[in-house]
Amino acid sequence: MSHAPTGVMERPQPAPPAPKKSSLGSRSLPRLAPLGFAVVAVALGVGLSLAAGWESRIQWGMLSALFFLVISYVATTVVENQRQAKDRLATSVMWVCFLVAVVPLASLLWTTVVRGAERLDGYFLTHSMAGVLGFEESGGVYHALIGTLEQVGIATVISVPLGLLTAVYLVEYGKGSLAKAVTFFVDVMTGIPSIVAGLFILSIMLIANLEPSGLMGALALTILMIPVVVRSTEEMLKLVPNELREASLALGIPKWRTILKVVLPTAIGGITTGVMLAIARIAGETAPIILLVFGSQLINTNPFEGAQSSLPFYIYEQYKIGEVASYDRAWAAALVLIAFVMILNLVARGIARWKAPKTGR
Amino acid sequence: MAKRIDISGLTAYYGSHKAIEDISMTVEPRSVTAFIGPSGCGKSTFLRTLNRMHEVTPGGRVEGKVLLDDENLYASNVDPVTVRRTVGMVFQRPNPFPTMSIFDNVAAGLRLNGSYRKSELNDIVEKSLRGANLWNEVKDRLNKPGSGLSGGQQQRLCIARAIAVEPDVLLMDEPCSALDPISTLAIEDLIGELKERFTIVIVTHNMQQAARVSDRTAFFNLAAVGKPGRLIEIDETERIFSNPSVQATEDYISGRFG
Amino acid sequence: MASTTPTDTPPAPPVDRPTPRSTGRMGDKVFLGLSRGSGILLLVIMASIAVFLTYRSVIAISKNEGNFLTTFDWNPAGDPPVFGIAVLLFGTVVSSIIAMVIAVPIAVGIALFISHYAPRKLAAPIAYVVDLLAAVPSIVYGIWGALVLVPHLEGLNLWLDEYLGWTYIFEKTEVGIARSLFTVGILLAIMILPIVTSVSREVFLQVPKMNEEAALALGATRWEVIRLSVLPFGRSGIISASMLGLGRALGETMAVATVLSPNFLISLHVLNPGGGTFAQNIAAKFGEADAFGRDALIASGLVLFVLTLLVNGAARLIIARRKEYSGANA
Repeated sequence: MSHAPTGVMERPQPAPPAPKKSSLGSRSLPRLAPLGFAVVAVALGVGLSLAAGWESRIQWGMLSALFFLVISYVATTVVENQRQAKDRLATSVMWVCFLVAVVPLASLLWTTVVRGAERLDGYFLTHSMAGVLGFEESGGVYHALIGTLEQVGIATVISVPLGLLTAVYLVEYGKGSLAKAVTFFVDVMTGIPSIVAGLFILSIMLIANLEPSGLMGALALTILMIPVVVRSTEEMLKLVPNELREASLALGIPKWRTILKVVLPTAIGGITTGVMLAIARIAGETAPIILLVFGSQLINTNPFEGAQSSLPFYIYEQYKIGEVASYDRAWAAALVLIAFVMILNLVARGIARWKAPKTGR
Repeated sequence: MAKRIDISGLTAYYGSHKAIEDISMTVEPRSVTAFIGPSGCGKSTFLRTLNRMHEVTPGGRVEGKVLLDDENLYASNVDPVTVRRTVGMVFQRPNPFPTMSIFDNVAAGLRLNGSYRKSELNDIVEKSLRGANLWNEVKDRLNKPGSGLSGGQQQRLCIARAIAVEPDVLLMDEPCSALDPISTLAIEDLIGELKERFTIVIVTHNMQQAARVSDRTAFFNLAAVGKPGRLIEIDETERIFSNPSVQATEDYISGRFG
Repeated sequence: MASTTPTDTPPAPPVDRPTPRSTGRMGDKVFLGLSRGSGILLLVIMASIAVFLTYRSVIAISKNEGNFLTTFDWNPAGDPPVFGIAVLLFGTVVSSIIAMVIAVPIAVGIALFISHYAPRKLAAPIAYVVDLLAAVPSIVYGIWGALVLVPHLEGLNLWLDEYLGWTYIFEKTEVGIARSLFTVGILLAIMILPIVTSVSREVFLQVPKMNEEAALALGATRWEVIRLSVLPFGRSGIISASMLGLGRALGETMAVATVLSPNFLISLHVLNPGGGTFAQNIAAKFGEADAFGRDALIASGLVLFVLTLLVNGAARLIIARRKEYSGANA
């Protein structure tokens, strides 16, 4: 302790360039200043872009964003100080990042709705493409709807029990190296590209001499769906409080009935949400369908035999034809697909929210 | 550098919940003021209003005045960042930056506030570590991570980090509650030395500690369960512990409740 | 443990006891068998993906007259059959790198925005909007990319060519619309944004409060708190989030297949139309491929599989290590 004061007391001499301590107060920009900067920046960006004759809105946006960052940095440096300016710059950059993400989403949804609505009607939903040539304006999506529903249905029927059981194993029984391996490979499986899942089933088809059918597509979708179901179910089962399990076991109820009657019902809301999100994800998969179901212009209600179509495949097919009428059909089908996926998403999240208070504690 | 703090009519909220109500007191410079009182009486909340850390908590807001040598911390043109730079704080659990070395931990605050030559930085870091009675223990491993130190050393490292920026006031929120008795003693000795230079405010659950280290003691209490915390009295520590003017204080100190 | 409990419980309902105990023993065995079996089945599927793809690939590669790794051509139907993945590997890696360079900073920005900057009431809706990006099917991204994004990028491409053309990379030597690896990269960036954002966000939310308060109490601005406390804590999280995003980008099929106008050349002029990726090539060449051609495509798919496996595995290992590390320290 004797050494301490020596260093401490002699403060006058090499004292650090102690920043002025005179005042706590400092000049600062008004709270709504960033909004003002944004308005000025957009005005400048758009004005300059128009003057330079640039057509692309992307350039307008980039220029405006740049102006926004520069203006807020410079203004803050001048009025406040460099540190505040850096802080302001970081905040502005983050706002810009968020907008950068929102713009494509908005553009995509807007385009799909506007372009899709041109062609989407009852006729479109109830007719197939039988006998319709690419440039003709008739035709519909009925056969593709059937295909999607059947393929996704089969995939769901296979994936859900497998996924649930695996998740139950991991949460309720799993210890040791097998569980660790399963956990790791479920994670890795989540990252398998859909086209690889398709190629896997294709290689089986080549070896066993199988014909393309809805079932083959559904099997590839199953591979994509299982890990998603396992992951989400696992999360939900972990939320079930241990007291519930113990209470049930202490009543002398065997473990398997405890799981079936107590654990799963408690988590059912969250599990349903997970399954619906998984369905929404695989419903939009195109690549495996190209390889395994082959596509068809006709209505084929039998998923076990013969080529079928599906919504995403139909969009790709119509896009590739490259006619005005086929683009219209592609957008209309995209609208149907997006509506399907978004509704599933909304309902799933609704269930999650509705069920949350009962299980989430 | 040490400054006087004048608090008047201070009320703090968490959302719509009023945590402390209408507190007024004066904290003398170059002295140690201890806050004591039962759990949940708002002493930590009150401490955090003195460097505007309270408003970091979601929903936290403050009414009233805190004057630091006649300057109101809550005036509209005051930047909370400047306030926290002037009023340093040490927390209940030692919280050195886990990815930084001991040296960088002490230098962290300085580097935020401007650029220093390497030699200047070395001097200040050494001085601060000496000031925190830690220099001899760590001088050979300044480049090792701060998280490798013992709990008591980590807490002294945090004190070194706080005093490196030469604050006017040092707030300590139960700085010894996570430490063993020997480390606690080391910190208490340190507080005694630091009060030569800083205005120190310490929240403590340990009344012996308050009696040992502080010059003045403030007793806080709840009017009733669910009611906001209030300042009951503040006085010379000796008087609070021997002859308090309010009955509740005496009850608390003699262990009749709390 | 469960099967032994019945014997210990008080004999409350004597009537029921014999039955549940016996079905309990049996039921437990069956149920454990089923659930463990599902877990094992997953491992079997993973293994058989590797085995089957390898088996078909060997068939293809053994008849390949070109060099599988270095040939700049894809003609398995030719006589002799010649095909190689050089162009595909190049295009896959380049487009994914472009996607990462664009997406990772933006995603980290959004994640910080949600976890530390946005007003509390805005944070949840913003997170939801970003998650919606993940819900859009890739084929819809594909036609949006081809029919909306491509025409919009013309101006930007001219710009890049004019001001950054000296970098070689952004030199546009061929006229033609923007069906280039660069456009593909931008589209992939949009598509991987949600996953990188959500994983980083989770990590940022886990930063211990006391680390942030340490910085705040030193008089740090919000940005300085992030630099001192949040980013150092979240670094490994950002790395693994980026790698998960990379895994997605490498394997994306439809968005690339619709946007790119492919050729079998390697060019670092990323603004020029042309190039190809594994997944895009498979989707595009499959229709015209005979049985051997399919095996050749499977061989290229195997490379993609291994690539994504490595990237995803590494990402998961980093996450797992970080969990142990932070758990030990807490």
